[in-house]
Amino acid sequence: MSNANTPASFAPTRGGESLSKPIDWVLNVSGISKRFGGLQALSDVSMQIERGQVYGLIGPNGAGKTTFFNVITGLYTPDSGQFELAGQPYQPTEVHRVAQAGIARTFQNIRLFAEMTALENVMVGRHVRTHSGLLGAIFRTRKFLAEEAAIAQRARELLDYVGIGAFADYKSRTLSYGDQRRLEIARALATDPQLIALDEPAAGMNATEKVQLRELIDKIRRDQRTVLLIEHDVKLVMGLCDRVTVLDYGKVIAQGTPAEVQRNPQVIEAYLGTGAH
Amino acid sequence: MTHTFLSKRGLGQPWLIFVLALALPLVLQSFGNAWVRIADMSLLYVLLALGLNIVVGYAGLLDLGYVAFFAVGAYLFGLMASPHLTETFPLIASLFPDGLHMSLWMVLPLAAGLAGLFGLMLGAPTLKLRGDYLAIVTLGFGEIIRVFLNNLDYPVNITNGPKGLGQIDAVTVFGYPLSRRLDLGFIELPSVTLYYYLFLALVVVSVVLCARLEHSRIGRAWMAIREDEIAAKAMGLNTRNLKLMAFGMGASFGGVSGAMFASFQGFVSPESFSLMESVMIVAMVVLGGLGHLPGVILGAVLLAALPEALRYLAGPLQEMSGGRLDAAILRQLLIALAMITIMLWRPRGLWPTPEHGKNLPTVGGGQA
Amino acid sequence: MDVLLQQTINGLVLGSMYALVALGYTMVYGIINLINFAHGEVLMIGALCSWSVIGWLQPLLPNTPGWVILLISMVVASAAAAALNFAIEKIAYRPLRHAPKLAPLITAIGMSILLQTLAMIVWKPNYKSFPTLLPSTPIALGEAVITPTQIMILAVTAMALAVLSWLVNATQLGRAMRATAENPRVASLMGVKPDTVISATFIIGAVLATIAGVMWASNYGTVQHAMGFLPGLKAFTAAVFGGIGNLAGAVVGGLLLGLIESIGSGYLGELTGGVLGSHYTDILAFIVLIVVLTLRPSGLLGERVADRA
Repeated sequence: MSNANTPASFAPTRGGESLSKPIDWVLNVSGISKRFGGLQALSDVSMQIERGQVYGLIGPNGAGKTTFFNVITGLYTPDSGQFELAGQPYQPTEVHRVAQAGIARTFQNIRLFAEMTALENVMVGRHVRTHSGLLGAIFRTRKFLAEEAAIAQRARELLDYVGIGAFADYKSRTLSYGDQRRLEIARALATDPQLIALDEPAAGMNATEKVQLRELIDKIRRDQRTVLLIEHDVKLVMGLCDRVTVLDYGKVIAQGTPAEVQRNPQVIEAYLGTGAH
Repeated sequence: MTHTFLSKRGLGQPWLIFVLALALPLVLQSFGNAWVRIADMSLLYVLLALGLNIVVGYAGLLDLGYVAFFAVGAYLFGLMASPHLTETFPLIASLFPDGLHMSLWMVLPLAAGLAGLFGLMLGAPTLKLRGDYLAIVTLGFGEIIRVFLNNLDYPVNITNGPKGLGQIDAVTVFGYPLSRRLDLGFIELPSVTLYYYLFLALVVVSVVLCARLEHSRIGRAWMAIREDEIAAKAMGLNTRNLKLMAFGMGASFGGVSGAMFASFQGFVSPESFSLMESVMIVAMVVLGGLGHLPGVILGAVLLAALPEALRYLAGPLQEMSGGRLDAAILRQLLIALAMITIMLWRPRGLWPTPEHGKNLPTVGGGQA
Repeated sequence: MDVLLQQTINGLVLGSMYALVALGYTMVYGIINLINFAHGEVLMIGALCSWSVIGWLQPLLPNTPGWVILLISMVVASAAAAALNFAIEKIAYRPLRHAPKLAPLITAIGMSILLQTLAMIVWKPNYKSFPTLLPSTPIALGEAVITPTQIMILAVTAMALAVLSWLVNATQLGRAMRATAENPRVASLMGVKPDTVISATFIIGAVLATIAGVMWASNYGTVQHAMGFLPGLKAFTAAVFGGIGNLAGAVVGGLLLGLIESIGSGYLGELTGGVLGSHYTDILAFIVLIVVLTLRPSGLLGERVADRA
């Protein structure tokens, strides 16, 4: 359904994989470690995410999932690690460069621009791919006006894409919880990312909302976008993800397809075993 | 654009507002020049409030030392358009045998530019500070500038210290000094009225400027920083540069207002640039409605004009209280009570941005 | 060398008073994230109340030793200031606890102006001399001197800090205060009433500020409605560079500021070859603040709070 209706601008320009081409890794990280005082939050974590995949990162509470997220998006500086984004070496040192490089994220606790409308939130997402500055704004140059119109239009398209087009002019804090999550996703998509990283997007959602979320992520995948997903809802992750990494106490204990990972005894013990988390 | 801007904010007939604004001084001057003077000072405060609104209202940076930029502009004009430098330094006197003077068209960009530069300088150390620390540091900068202005009369007399700079030129517009009254035949415009129109023009330009900034990529970026700096960074916004831009842009308004103030009064001294002034300007912006241009203007006019107007009505009250309440005390009392009661009654300000974004014009919709 | 010793003594005395006021600022900020602009005025009200009480008591009790009268006045003034601060919090700040961040700041600023203006009306604007109730003969300390008043200030401050420390660490109220400062919601779930804790914070702050105010008046000999503004501002600056929200930081910051100001004013002229005179001492506080915050953005003893994404 989506390919016919999806504006061409959403699909990255690369075509699909073929067996003779080398694998198109969007994110290729290895050896990531991070220590906080006495706590080794991450130990030697590695991960490879292929383009067009929905990649899940799961693990019990405190396993280091959000820490990993924060490391690859520049909020924390890792003690060690190699990073490659779309084949290019990547240094997530300054947070604002991360979006520029191509990783967009959402937050566990939803960080929207509360007093701005939904439309404006998404328009801010376009900031990193547009250029007008003070002079354009002050003198209302043709270039500025054209860019503004394009930003607004793209923002509206994205709001429709995630399903909240009707709320474009509502202040984002007046939206329902589920709609706010979708808005955050639309805003992240607006940055035209290589990888969109979702931090517990299903948190606090009821069953219906989770189904809608899953459909949205499926849609994003169909449009050739790559998704990294932290989630607690194991059922959601297993049904949605192409590949999964399981963390426990900062270490990778399993990596593979959902089916493989589910059968892994270490994973079972981490979730169900003694020393419950 | 201004038309849609004003009318969509519920101000129905923008032309009406404009005509009223033009007619105001003519009406006031019949009651006495003092009333026009109040209007003039109100306009200068509107400029200050508009500038601070960029820093506090749009970008969310609590600047409690904004008066520093007002001082920069005022002293710039004071030094460049008064006899002080030529009288103090024979070298300068020899370079400028006719004295130092500056035309309006040079003052405006120079004051804006110099103040903007100070904005960048004073903003730079604050970039990594949390909100309230930023407030106290900017407050500190404001005080530092005032103390320097007060003491730079020794060892080299640059600012003339507490005595201030006097005999500052009036502004000349197309060769006509605004200190001279203008006789149009059917009506005579005293100097205060001429200044009113100049200040009104500056305010109108500033309002248009601010509205354009508000509805632009940069304006949205500023507001994103105000709302959630971490999310803003995560969306790729270079918050450091954006904050500097806000400081610089906001400061430039202060500089322009300061230069006009110096010319209007003919005299500047460090007393006019106290912490209380910075606080007043912040109060104007918050009381009026943070980030909402009509509210900011309202707040400025209210806090600037009402206490002054009260001065003239305070006579009877003074007698009633046996001399304990004089105009100055009454003014302070009024300001304090206004700040407290308005915040308790309307914490978002008297005229804040409309609650439900639903009926606001969306960007891209209202423009050509 | 004697200048250094003298200025050190003066600095510690000044710093003690700053520390007492800084504590009030830091406690309130730590609990409700409010810069209580009106706190300096509490110092002033405390001092003026004390002046009034002394003026009233002295003719009534001509044979009572000076320090007793001073003590009584301090107690009465503290009670008055505490009641005032409690009322201010309840009327002006509590309703705005969930309002946009800047609203309570403006209210606090308004309150500051209001208190100064009311003091001007009640006590009239002129400077009043504060009676010397302690013996004034200075005691030699090496090559410097220290007056009994100064000794009293150091002693009273030390006692006040000891009592505060006991209160915060060993009493239930103190535990409640610390809990609320860390996490108000969880604290309230544990049965701590935030309103009670906050009121207590304001009351304690008022008592400390009054003590500082009476000390200040004793030390400098005058009281007036505008006396609280500058010390309040500097004390707040000290609290910030000590690390706002941190009690030890407020004390360290206050003492440090006092020392810097005293020693600085003594040597500033020499150090800068006469270019910067002692007029610049007032902004020393800010210069120190800017330097400290540039190097340590959370203040000297402040916690580096990582923003959880």
